[in-house]
Amino acid sequence: MKNLLFVSRHAPYGTGIAREALDALLGASAYGQNLSLLFMDDGVFQLLNAQNPSKLNQKNLSANLPALPLYDVENIFVHSESLRARALHADDLVLEPKLFKVISSQEVAELMNQQDQLLSF
Amino acid sequence: MVSRPLVFSLAVYGAPFSAQASQTAYAFAKALIDVGHRLERVFFYQDGIHAANVLAVPPQDEENLTEAWHSLAREHQVELVVCIAAALRRGLLNGEEAQRYGKPASNLAPGFEIAGLGQLLEAAVTSDRLITFGA
Repeated sequence: MKNLLFVSRHAPYGTGIAREALDALLGASAYGQNLSLLFMDDGVFQLLNAQNPSKLNQKNLSANLPALPLYDVENIFVHSESLRARALHADDLVLEPKLFKVISSQEVAELMNQQDQLLSF
Repeated sequence: MVSRPLVFSLAVYGAPFSAQASQTAYAFAKALIDVGHRLERVFFYQDGIHAANVLAVPPQDEENLTEAWHSLAREHQVELVVCIAAALRRGLLNGEEAQRYGKPASNLAPGFEIAGLGQLLEAAVTSDRLITFGA
């Protein structure tokens, strides 16, 4: 089993990058690897609660996030400096606090060092 | 030449002619082969899939990346894999998919194959290095 970290760094709407990152992650869950997910930079916007993209004619990306543990994605990390730079707080997020861990830049570096591969989006 | 050859796979997410990613990925692919590494698979996802469009006609003084990838793949036995979900929603079809969805034409370039996202995962698991070229 390999350690694979998905790094999601783009906002949920405006481009398809975040959506297709999530597709890739959910697809990956069938392969029995040790999957982790890190939201950083504008990727933290994906976690905002009360998203309503229906006027953009887009699906609500955040609707899938609370189900990630069902897809064996149990290690979910959020970069603290990215939250702070965007004036977001952990309690603004769509995930229950027990589902994710807020980590510092230093801890991001350590997390990346533990991986066999990074999948960057 | 490198003393310990590695197996690489690449993931390409940027569209040719719009993003630098596709061109840089190709240059990187050539470079790693030149120094003695093995390139196992190139996985095209997101807008990267446009590199597999056989109908693209770039100006003559610009590189035709579709053909360039094809010859590299032929010469060095590299798998060029296009994500089926990304391809279908962007109108890149092989003959089989065109028939399945009742479309009048197919446009997947020779040398490329259409497959699922699992091929990206498998590349991540089986290669020594997976390098992403994002948009």
